[in-house]
Amino acid sequence: MNMMSEAAVEQAVNTKAGATVPVKMKARKVGVFYGDKQALFDVDLDVREKHVTALIGPSGCGKSTFLRCLNRMNDTIDGCRVTGDITMDSANIYDPSVDVVELRASVGMVFQKPNPFPKTIYENIVYGPKIHGLVSSKAEMDEVVETSLRKAGLFEEVKDRLQESGTGLSGGQQQRLCIARAIAVSPEVILMDEPCSALDPIATAKVEELIDELRENYTIVIVTHSMQQAARVSQRTAMFHLGNLVEEGATDHMFTNPDDQRTQDYITGRFG
Amino acid sequence: MSTATTLLIIICLGVIGYVAGRIRAGQLVQGAYSALHSRPGYYGAFVLVWTILPSAIVLAIWLAVSPAIINNQVFHSLPQSIQDMSAADRSLELSKINAIAGGLSDLTDEDRQKLESGSITMREALADKGVAIAGEVDEYMPAAAEVYNGLSSASALYRTILVLLVAVAGFVYAYYMISPKMRARNKVERVILGILIVASSIAILTTVGIVWSMLSETGRFFASVPPHEFFFGTVWDPRFAAAGAEDSAGQFGLIPLLAGTLYIAFVAMAVAVPIGLFAAIYMAEYASNHLRAIVKPLLEVLAGIPTIVYGFFALVTVGPFLRDLSTQISGIVTGNAFAFIQAQSVLTAGFVMGIMLIPFVSSLSDDIITAVPRAMRDGSLGLGATRSETVKRVIFPAALPGIVGALLLTASRAIGETMIVVLAAGVAARLTINPFEPMTTVTVKIVNQLTGDLEFTSPQTLVAFALGITLFFITLILNFYALYIVRKYREQYE
Ligand SMILES: Nc1ncnc2c1ncn2[C@@H]1O[C@H](COP(=O)(O)OP(=O)(O)O)[C@@H](O)[C@H]1O
Ligand SMILES: [Mg+2]
Repeated sequence: MNMMSEAAVEQAVNTKAGATVPVKMKARKVGVFYGDKQALFDVDLDVREKHVTALIGPSGCGKSTFLRCLNRMNDTIDGCRVTGDITMDSANIYDPSVDVVELRASVGMVFQKPNPFPKTIYENIVYGPKIHGLVSSKAEMDEVVETSLRKAGLFEEVKDRLQESGTGLSGGQQQRLCIARAIAVSPEVILMDEPCSALDPIATAKVEELIDELRENYTIVIVTHSMQQAARVSQRTAMFHLGNLVEEGATDHMFTNPDDQRTQDYITGRFG
Repeated sequence: MSTATTLLIIICLGVIGYVAGRIRAGQLVQGAYSALHSRPGYYGAFVLVWTILPSAIVLAIWLAVSPAIINNQVFHSLPQSIQDMSAADRSLELSKINAIAGGLSDLTDEDRQKLESGSITMREALADKGVAIAGEVDEYMPAAAEVYNGLSSASALYRTILVLLVAVAGFVYAYYMISPKMRARNKVERVILGILIVASSIAILTTVGIVWSMLSETGRFFASVPPHEFFFGTVWDPRFAAAGAEDSAGQFGLIPLLAGTLYIAFVAMAVAVPIGLFAAIYMAEYASNHLRAIVKPLLEVLAGIPTIVYGFFALVTVGPFLRDLSTQISGIVTGNAFAFIQAQSVLTAGFVMGIMLIPFVSSLSDDIITAVPRAMRDGSLGLGATRSETVKRVIFPAALPGIVGALLLTASRAIGETMIVVLAAGVAARLTINPFEPMTTVTVKIVNQLTGDLEFTSPQTLVAFALGITLFFITLILNFYALYIVRKYREQYE
């Protein structure tokens, strides 16, 4: 991941206020095919550093597909092909010289359904650091486990049961464990695909709170079906429809005064 | 009347009953079918069931019981000297009488005259009709056979009358039971349930019956050979040749056979498990859907090849190849060409059996590996693990209990395999740890003992049952344990 951070960064976009905000990831003319079927058409999108970007849109419009392009998880799907360019810190992540394994360590992912490994909580956290050789001693592992769990706001709840199975936690705790697991490999970007759709409202509130805190250190892209959630946690919102990016803008702006009729309709619940 | 004719008649009656029941139901409501509780077909089926079922049950009971009663009657008509014989001899005599009785009815008047005049013997006359009698026909036998025939035909007559009466009674009863309010549908449903239960209990009862007969024969074996000599004996030497002679018991040590069985199975598993597992991992994790769609059915075809074919392969190809190879190796190493691997050896049998088991291991493990949720893979890949790291650290541990179960099932197949061993490892029961020498297994010896020329009461034959039941329990325990593990594993994800 050093490769990424060492690369020249400073491209910036102008905000309305005139201040410049660095762009972490940039997608240009991104298209995705599943076999012969095209699921995503010419998407251009900037993901701003240390911002939360929400992807919204009706089911099947390609939000998850786009999200999976950002850490090349689409590569693991049989018959899936990606066209166009995606850069991270101005390095093309689809360049043949890029090590996918390292890319996925710096662009972490949290899935719709909490998917802790059927191992202990401790093992779940150290899984990533171990395979990337980030930790070598027991003390280092203990350290990683504690800091990751603390950042995910889970440490106090599970500190006495680190050696119990991660699958024994409640759904909300499992999801925060998955976030901690992603944080443990020190990513720069965290992708979240409807992280709260399997959780109850209280667990959802906790995860949303956590996302807001994580924004300080990480760039976050989140897919969500809940308009309120998008409004609560994100600064930028991108609206997808039928595989196209309809519009992208500041969340406040999108929810009060969208430029596109389709966004208006979707936000007010007229379709989707 | 023969049983088949009787059966045909009650079935016809049943069909008539069906039609009649249907029509009557319709007539009772003057064609307004909606006034019936059930659709008219159910009333028909109701009569059909009442006609066929009770009469068929009576028929079955009669057929099951009457031979014993007849034999008993015939037996009491025999001379006292015969009645005093041992149980085994008595049953031999009775079976001769049964055979003669079967032949007697085929004899023509001409044959009978010849018999009277003594120009041919009873045995010759019957042999002429294609009925072979084991041993001489004794003086008293034709008379007993006549008694037997008389009783049989009387039994057939009464049987037919009774069965037809029951069928007609059932028909009439059911026919007059029909009323618009009768819940024919529910009653027919109950009969169907009953039929299904009977079908499934037949499978279970058969197993119980097999085990029971094996156990009782084993008991007879242990009456002549003490169990500790069987279970702990290290020499297998049943002495077919000397049977009947003094001190003919022979030695029935299970250990050499069990050792051979486990040794060969072990070699087979050592071949099949790594290859099968790697194949399964490749198929489940790496192969494209396209390749999978071709290779998986192909592997399943491989699993369907009869084991005797693998036996040929071992006998004709693998065995000689290993022998020649060993000759060359020893030639190079020691300068003295000597086949240290025999053509029939534990290695040959184990190797070929291992090849046979590969499709089982890979097909079962593939199913289990694919059953690990995709979310596990995504979680690991999403953290930047490579595919093989994912397999090693997440998929395999998660699938392990299931895979162990699959391997145990495979092992019980290896233990039960016979044909490959006969052809590839020979039939010599020896106790050795050298895999290059022949050994043999429990199953091979079972075949060996049962195909011998000895009477069924000798320990040489009965030992087959003791071997069989031992094998049965070993595989039973393996299978139970495998199922237990597989089930436990299932609960993890559901
Ligand atoms: N693995 C796949 N194989 C084939 N088609 C897929 C696959 N995943 C998604 N799609 C298709 O791509 C389109 C976009 O799907 P997705 O990105 O999952 O939508 P969203 O997350 O917005 O609900 C849908 O039409 C879906 O059917
Ligand atoms: Mg989705």
